[in-house]
Amino acid sequence: MSEYIGPYQTGQTIGVVEKKFFTFAGREDRLKLESGADIGPVILAYETCGTLNSDKSNAVIVLHALSGDSHVAGYYDPKDAKPGWWDIMVGPGKGIDTDKYFVICSNIIGSCSGSTGPMSVSPETGREYGTHFPVITIGDMVEAQKALMDHLGIETLLSVIGGSVGGMQVLEWCARFPDRVRSAVPLATTSRHSALAIAFNEVARQAIMADPNWNEGHYYSGKKPDMGLAIARMIGHITYLSDESMRLKFGRKLQNRSALSFEFGAEFQVESYLQYQGKKFIERFDANSFLYITKAADYFDLARQYGSGSLVKAFSRCKAKFLVVSYTSDWLYPTYQSKEMVKAMKKNDLDVSFCEIDAQWGHDAFLLPNERLDHLMAGFLKGVSDEIE
Amino acid sequence: MKLSDLRYDLSLIASWIEEGSRVLELGCGEGDLLYWLKKEKAVKERGIEIEESKVEKCIEKGISVLQGDINEEIEDYPDNSFDYAICSQTLQQVFEPMSLIHSMMRVAKMGVVSFPNFGHYKVRMQLAFTGRAPVTKELPYSWHDTPNIRVLSLTDFEKFAEEVGYKILKRVSINTKNNQRQGKLITVLPNLLATYGIFLIGKE
Repeated sequence: MSEYIGPYQTGQTIGVVEKKFFTFAGREDRLKLESGADIGPVILAYETCGTLNSDKSNAVIVLHALSGDSHVAGYYDPKDAKPGWWDIMVGPGKGIDTDKYFVICSNIIGSCSGSTGPMSVSPETGREYGTHFPVITIGDMVEAQKALMDHLGIETLLSVIGGSVGGMQVLEWCARFPDRVRSAVPLATTSRHSALAIAFNEVARQAIMADPNWNEGHYYSGKKPDMGLAIARMIGHITYLSDESMRLKFGRKLQNRSALSFEFGAEFQVESYLQYQGKKFIERFDANSFLYITKAADYFDLARQYGSGSLVKAFSRCKAKFLVVSYTSDWLYPTYQSKEMVKAMKKNDLDVSFCEIDAQWGHDAFLLPNERLDHLMAGFLKGVSDEIE
Repeated sequence: MKLSDLRYDLSLIASWIEEGSRVLELGCGEGDLLYWLKKEKAVKERGIEIEESKVEKCIEKGISVLQGDINEEIEDYPDNSFDYAICSQTLQQVFEPMSLIHSMMRVAKMGVVSFPNFGHYKVRMQLAFTGRAPVTKELPYSWHDTPNIRVLSLTDFEKFAEEVGYKILKRVSINTKNNQRQGKLITVLPNLLATYGIFLIGKE
């Protein structure tokens, strides 16, 4: 039985928020990347909600997933049709309560929603980077976020919170900057991709690269590889759902017809849904960013990076108090992968809580309204801030 | 918070725990004992609980709890990570109690174990006079649906501890009422008159 509660909602919206930009890594001080390359200048788009307290001890950074952006909560304009991507969690009286915490969310480097990425113009050539953009890693994303924290004058984060690829950044923060993270909430994530997860990403990338419009990544002055990107998104969406959620949501229901039409249009509802998701995605996302970010996720391997292959050794660097959350029907990052992390944390005597939330909605569950996650988040954050006082 | 805010048996356990110690509770439920110990005795608390809704209640309280099976989860902790490992009213439901107690004594210096007393006179009388498997307030299930698969008496536990080589450091025998909220100590003929036993065990 699922604990998922349909229109569950608490708190209020934060209201109008502003998209801000931070530019760093100028000519003298370029950002060094894990690949050995460097890049500059770097722009990060970011959003803040709530107020930073006088001793700067209430800052929480929220890290977005593959296709997210800095717009975490509220509205840019009161007339906007939709709020930020995690408005259900971030706001006054919500799981991450902006009356108590100062929430920061920045668009990751390599993405396409205001931060420097492959569709940015290279200062050297005066043209879009395209595939001349250097390969970036989860570590590089976190390094850029750290520069933003320095800019905001925040030495220690009360918490780093994120799901999926955002959860990988959470783990990276804890290992890379252990003294700057008081607590961490990795949700529906993994310390490294399974072959299954890499396989789906690779098929998605191949769909983009097989699109004739892709043109080795240099398409910004012509037609874009829309078909490839749409198919990549459709593949992604399958991995975010589950057998049960697809059965409940679509079953074998037909779209706008009562009988089979014996042709190759989108007849089944699930086909129509995937096509709609693909179409919606190409309006807001850059195909090259999709290639770069999925590659970064595939490369991520906390044990290799920080523990010579041992996850226990990797976590021995970490100091944060953890809340690890997985979902029963998430087969992209299954519970056993979260449990592996928890096990390694325990062996290092780290303070860790773990909950596997019963939900039928697959990997997507972490973005859906869930009373249990709200309670876990609010209680955990309160516990961490109580310990400071 | 007062000691009397806790359920009677838990208040007795809480009174044994040293200030500032490290405590692991197996099957911690909604975390009442750990929360009290964290607030009042500044212990470093860890809990293991299998039920998701109870884990939520624990984490909401701000205590550190893992969702999982106590027999598996206890294995990951390094030796002597804790001062106390507590197994309150759960031992009678464990498939391999001996291996669990050994694990408790591996990860902690001392163990606290409590369980309903199967030697209580009402249990004895039911079996003797009705010829049926006893059903009591403390062990309220029928033979076919009971989670209590390892029923034991206070004397059984004492013999067991002696056989496997653990020392009983403290013991109390109690009778409880009002849903176990209140109770009293039983000093005369405990194996006959007490409904619960609580033991603190250490290594020889």
